[in-house]
Amino acid sequence: MTEDDLRGLIARVKGGSLSRRGFVKRLAAVGFTAPMATQLLAIAGASPAGAQSVPAYRPTRRGGGGALKVLYWQAATLLNPHFAAGTTNQDAGRVFYEPLAGWASDGTLVPILAAEIPSRENGGLAEDGRSVTWKLKRGVKWHDGQDFSADDVVFNWEYARNPGVAAVTSGSYRDVNVVKVDDHTVRIEFPQPTPFWADAFVGGTGQIIPRHLFKDFAGANSRDAPANLRPVGTSAYRFVSFAPGDTLRAELNPNYHMDNRPYFDTLEVKGGGDAVSAARAVLQTGDYDYAWNMQVEDEILKRLEAAGRGKVNIVEGGGIEFVQLNATDPNREIDGERSHISTQHPAFRDPAVRQAMAMLIDRNALEQFIYGRGGPATANFLNNPPRFASPNMRWEFSIQKANEVLDAAGWARGRDGIRAKDGVRLRFVYQTSVNAPRQRTQAIYKQAAQRAGIDLELKSVTASVFFSSDVANPDTYTKLYADMQMYTTTMPQADPERFMNQYVSWEVSAKANNWQGRNIVRWRSEEYDRIFRESQGELDPVKRAALFIRMNDLVVGSNHIIPLVRRPTVSASLNNLRHVLSAWDLTMWYLNDWYRET
Amino acid sequence: MAGSIPASATASAAAAAAPRVGPWREAWRRFRKHRLAVASLVILSTLVLAVLVGPFVWQVPIDEIDFTARLQGPSWAHPMGTDDLGQDLLARVLYGGRISLAVGFAAMTVAILVGVLVGAVAGMAGGRIDAALMWLTDLFLSLPQLPLLLLIIYLFRDALTKVVGPELGVFILIVIIIGGFNWMQVARLVRAQFFSLREKEFVEAARALGASRLRLVLRHILPNAMGPVIVAATIDIAAAIIAESTLSFLGLGFPPDVPTWGRLLFDAKDNLDFAPHWAIFPGAMIFLTVLSINFIGDGLRDAFDPRRVIAS
Amino acid sequence: MTQYLIRRLLIAIPSLLGISVVLFTVLALAPGDPFEELATNPAIPPDVRANLRASLGLDDPVYQRYLNWLFAMLRGEWGYSFVSRVNVDQLILQRLPTTIIVIGAAQLLALCVALPVGVYAATRPYSLFDKVANTLAFVGFSLPTFFTGLLLILLFSITLDWLPFVYRAQIDATGWRWWWEHIRQSIMPVMVLGLFQGAALVRFVRSAVLDVIRLDHVTTARAKGLPERAVTLKHVVRNAMIPVVTLVALQMPIVFGGAIVTEQIFRIPGIGSLLITAILANDTPVIMAVTFVFACLVILFNLIADVLYGWLDPRISYR
Repeated sequence: MTEDDLRGLIARVKGGSLSRRGFVKRLAAVGFTAPMATQLLAIAGASPAGAQSVPAYRPTRRGGGGALKVLYWQAATLLNPHFAAGTTNQDAGRVFYEPLAGWASDGTLVPILAAEIPSRENGGLAEDGRSVTWKLKRGVKWHDGQDFSADDVVFNWEYARNPGVAAVTSGSYRDVNVVKVDDHTVRIEFPQPTPFWADAFVGGTGQIIPRHLFKDFAGANSRDAPANLRPVGTSAYRFVSFAPGDTLRAELNPNYHMDNRPYFDTLEVKGGGDAVSAARAVLQTGDYDYAWNMQVEDEILKRLEAAGRGKVNIVEGGGIEFVQLNATDPNREIDGERSHISTQHPAFRDPAVRQAMAMLIDRNALEQFIYGRGGPATANFLNNPPRFASPNMRWEFSIQKANEVLDAAGWARGRDGIRAKDGVRLRFVYQTSVNAPRQRTQAIYKQAAQRAGIDLELKSVTASVFFSSDVANPDTYTKLYADMQMYTTTMPQADPERFMNQYVSWEVSAKANNWQGRNIVRWRSEEYDRIFRESQGELDPVKRAALFIRMNDLVVGSNHIIPLVRRPTVSASLNNLRHVLSAWDLTMWYLNDWYRET
Repeated sequence: MAGSIPASATASAAAAAAPRVGPWREAWRRFRKHRLAVASLVILSTLVLAVLVGPFVWQVPIDEIDFTARLQGPSWAHPMGTDDLGQDLLARVLYGGRISLAVGFAAMTVAILVGVLVGAVAGMAGGRIDAALMWLTDLFLSLPQLPLLLLIIYLFRDALTKVVGPELGVFILIVIIIGGFNWMQVARLVRAQFFSLREKEFVEAARALGASRLRLVLRHILPNAMGPVIVAATIDIAAAIIAESTLSFLGLGFPPDVPTWGRLLFDAKDNLDFAPHWAIFPGAMIFLTVLSINFIGDGLRDAFDPRRVIAS
Repeated sequence: MTQYLIRRLLIAIPSLLGISVVLFTVLALAPGDPFEELATNPAIPPDVRANLRASLGLDDPVYQRYLNWLFAMLRGEWGYSFVSRVNVDQLILQRLPTTIIVIGAAQLLALCVALPVGVYAATRPYSLFDKVANTLAFVGFSLPTFFTGLLLILLFSITLDWLPFVYRAQIDATGWRWWWEHIRQSIMPVMVLGLFQGAALVRFVRSAVLDVIRLDHVTTARAKGLPERAVTLKHVVRNAMIPVVTLVALQMPIVFGGAIVTEQIFRIPGIGSLLITAILANDTPVIMAVTFVFACLVILFNLIADVLYGWLDPRISYR
């Protein structure tokens, strides 16, 4: 099916001559999955936005639900979303603050403080892609009774982009211009046509703080704002108490702007401990209602689930566990910098070696025995939302084929069984962060590689060092002073632009940019650069998706990137808890709709 | 109490030895009477022998992954069962024992040597030297270990592995780190004992007889200060074996695929209710080691101290 | 005596200063920075991270950062946490009561059990009681706390369902229920820590008592016809106290410093968990404050031990 065919079909759905169901059926016939088909409709504006994205809310009155107890094995340390590094803190802020809209699990936007989601049809999106106009919900009040208005929205933009504040969210706000149109309308203006417009004021980084409490602290004194620790938001739950690094408590907001919500009278978010015992507290003893981010081997979760009290929730997102084969030489130092971009990796420059490496990791075993439901095997780097997933990539595990490929390329086994060619031995340092499933994966990879005459030296670095931006440390992942490394990269938005920029040549991580570049594997391709640039200005959603699929195919096809398993978000909850989860937004993104079935 | 006259161990030993038996032979005779100590010596020797020779007898590779045999309990094919990758636990326990025992003993030796040296010098010299050494002790006691470990690893790992190779380099580093963080207790204990002992009459007597300072320390004071040191030594071995697992958990110790006892115990903990065998065997190994070393320590003390009651 | 005390306290000032220099240098040179989570999130541009580093002063030379810290400290300003942006003293004070209650109770338990058991075992060496006490002690210190803690949780929380294993600092109850809930949730952590600390202490006490029990003055006292109890208490225990006092003095600062592993297992919001999260996040002001207070306590308690030596054995002179 060509792009034109597709476009024709979408037009027919819009025109009403083809039913949505019929459309999905036709696409299924040519290999598109049903979610992908619905998404195509949604993105083309042929579907009521967010209509089916959030499950129905049953309770018919506000409150009466008792206590909701949530367990995080990392504890929140602050409550100002503009300072929140990491999802734990963003979640804690999200209990009180709300954005204009949030991302549902199917990758569509759901209005929260906005009256509706901007689209071409309702005039919210400019034809030239240079601006988006948000209409705000009326009658929304802050917890202290003040009115929420466009001034608050504009203030958040000023606050976040102010270098004196040093906000973590500044990346979403500094390149845009925000204008107040009237008390309940704001317009975001972009310097160039921007297909991905739903960043500022949306999702976890889009939480809006009240102007009247922060306006005197919008500079270098931002830390002194009393509201940093006593948040006053617009959400379904009001602040009660907070002990940094331990417990957050909240209570029902009687004036919440959505009817009959919330259901629970009080909320407690307890932090700390470890993931396994958090799972036990929900699944085995039922002491808590919900436990966040179960980074636990699936085998253990399944056994805990057998107690029958609770269940494990898997929500698909864009997170991916993958291996990088260094394109540069980590053992040669040039200008005080190893893995210098002017060098080539002595072994990985040979496509045969990379191909063999890709065939030596048993993704089935990883899925079946280590990650389980929390890590379905994949051949793609870009997996979600479904419309961006490439159908072209395949993977296979075969030690025999890897041996054949290496034999054919002239890599002969030495006396110790390790292959070599022209004085280059296939002996690689394989680094990752300290994390039980990763160490298991290392062991599995090592054993298979050994059988193909490749020796892997395993190295694990403690996460706080591995993922730090410390320029002086050689063990950080951005330095990549190793032949290969493995970690998970996450995709915080349901749009791949920020995700796929990690392979463009101008993002190469190097000493010159203090190893801050996002292209860590240091793979470069002119074709990739060109397609990426094209996608940045492409306003047609269907064409744009096709461009991202080509990028994925290019980088995965090079075998410098070996995707292993997708990492959906995994959580545990009691059987009777009804929650609304999404991998594209925070855990608490729709907390207002959580309730307990009785 | 203050006016009592404690006897010097060495003095009374010399007086009692009328038909001259060498002190070592006498000690050995007394040690043999300590049945628990002898039994413990046998157990410890067996353990050491097992980890040294075992891997040659039980030739199952330690990293053979077998997904069909995951988390199996003990059987003939796997006498200690398997872990969650189907790796044979007996092979891993035997192999890991080498490292755990070596780390335990070496780190304990480092800790005791440094501790006794610092404590003895401080206790004997007093004054400025004492103040300086105790400052050092207080410093080490108050240093947060984790950042320091990260710093040490980061500063010295590459340099050291270049000189002596990765395995030995990591071993030396771990021993120095664990030993280097465990000597303070010994030092303070020895110093306190010295304070008390150096004022005792038998030391005064030896001093009056013109014994040199070194002889005074080595022959008269130190042997009487050894009680807490031996206890500390036996506890330090257990502490070192466990500390090693913490280090490798932080990615600072041996590479993640080296199955030391502490590491095995750590990996096993989440499966404790489903696969207890995984934890029981390495845990029992650590316990047996600690137990036997402690009884040997008791036996040694009794053997070298003639005042001591002997277990019958 | 008073003069000695004053001199020692005066010496403590430069030694604390020295310790603070070393501490600060170690922390400044140790690898890592507080922005781990920003790193894997593609939505946050790298230069935002660089700006944050600069705004926290992490790019200044080490000596300058140290002097800033020192002068702030002299003015009584403890600085603020990079991670939570809350004042450090506030963070510590918030966690101090829980730490002192739980860890203090554990230390107290260890002492109350270890002292009598150790003394009694030593007066009857190699009796059945001695053997049982020793074996339990070996179990106590050969099993790491992460293991015994889990064992207790599996037994008392999951199998029997008697005790909760998630510690909650704030409990919605009043009167006796409040007390009851607090005691219930403290039992397991106190047991785990108490066993671990007590085990080693039993061995030390036993050894120290054995060291003096055969000394001549004890035999003399016994020969004088003093009752056995009085002999043990007056003549043996006091003389054996020197190593015990040393050990207890070494343990006391931990009541402030917390117990990292046990706090982690039972989710106790104590100083130990504050310290470890700060260390893992490279939150220097928090680490610096906690370790510095800890260092003060180490020095203080070791000084107290030194003074007590003289009281226990008057022949020890203060020089």
